[in-house]
Amino acid sequence: MSGPRRERRKTDPALSDPERLYVITGDLDDSERAALDLVTMVVAQAEPSPTFQPEQAAILRLCQAPLSVAEISAYLSLPFSVVTSLLSDLLATELIESRAPIVRATLPDRSLLEAVMHGLQKL
Amino acid sequence: MDFRSSDTITGPRTEDVLPTTATAAVKVVIVGGFGVGKTTMVGSVSEIRPLTTEETMTQAGVGVDDNAGVETKTATTVAMDFGRISLSEELILYLFGTPGQERFWFLWNGLFEGALGAVVLIDTRRLEVSFDVIGRLEERGVPFVVAVNTFPDAPHHPVEALRRALDLPDEVPMIDCDARLRASSRDVLMTLMRYLHSLAVPLA
Repeated sequence: MSGPRRERRKTDPALSDPERLYVITGDLDDSERAALDLVTMVVAQAEPSPTFQPEQAAILRLCQAPLSVAEISAYLSLPFSVVTSLLSDLLATELIESRAPIVRATLPDRSLLEAVMHGLQKL
Repeated sequence: MDFRSSDTITGPRTEDVLPTTATAAVKVVIVGGFGVGKTTMVGSVSEIRPLTTEETMTQAGVGVDDNAGVETKTATTVAMDFGRISLSEELILYLFGTPGQERFWFLWNGLFEGALGAVVLIDTRRLEVSFDVIGRLEERGVPFVVAVNTFPDAPHHPVEALRRALDLPDEVPMIDCDARLRASSRDVLMTLMRYLHSLAVPLA
């Protein structure tokens, strides 16, 4: 076939380092935000009460069952960084618990990939 | 920013509520040029109606031309569609696909970091719209497979010709798919997982 052709690129160590990527953070402390991924799972540890900010009460109500940070952001119609800031406060006061996602390690975990394939086969 | 009263927030539908055992999540990103069917693919395999999250990006530009030394900032809101597949009572797969604005995805801190891998969805009528994302995945060392979304009026090219045009290494899998079909999209994800499995080094 004719037409444009792509040229392969080499892995750039600087680009593959997450520290070199940046995103708006407002006034947030980066170290707090870094702990929360789009797919960190969040579960409430308390019932919402009238003393909470509306946003915090909404998060506690949503997270009575486990929910990812991405889903919380979608249901609240709030940007990801705003949600992670709210979640950081709730984590600090132990009103929620979070579970970090399983990430791609340097050496991928075969048993994890097998669990994913097993789950996909059932679809 | 207006925030709706928490009483009006609609959460997941009853049937979409995850069991309390759902504590482990993994993610896969679906990339490709505008209009190649990324959102369609997310929707066809997702167990929930796809949702949208967004982020505001700023990129600090370093002056290189006539504004040398002046730091400029540009802000862009990037939207991201995503879906979910419960793989077991504990393990949840999230799929992220974005409706365009490719160059901004890579500024979204944490989108590609930690993703198990990526699917590059291509349309053979417009291969070149996928060149940049493939290059960016290579630069970041994110493993990917290439899925050829079969549009009815798209010309059929032999896999080897596509592989040459995309300058793909032999080991990168390519698969035909119909992003509208759940089984077909599922097969693409299976191809990605098998590829990742082949890259994994068995424990000595």
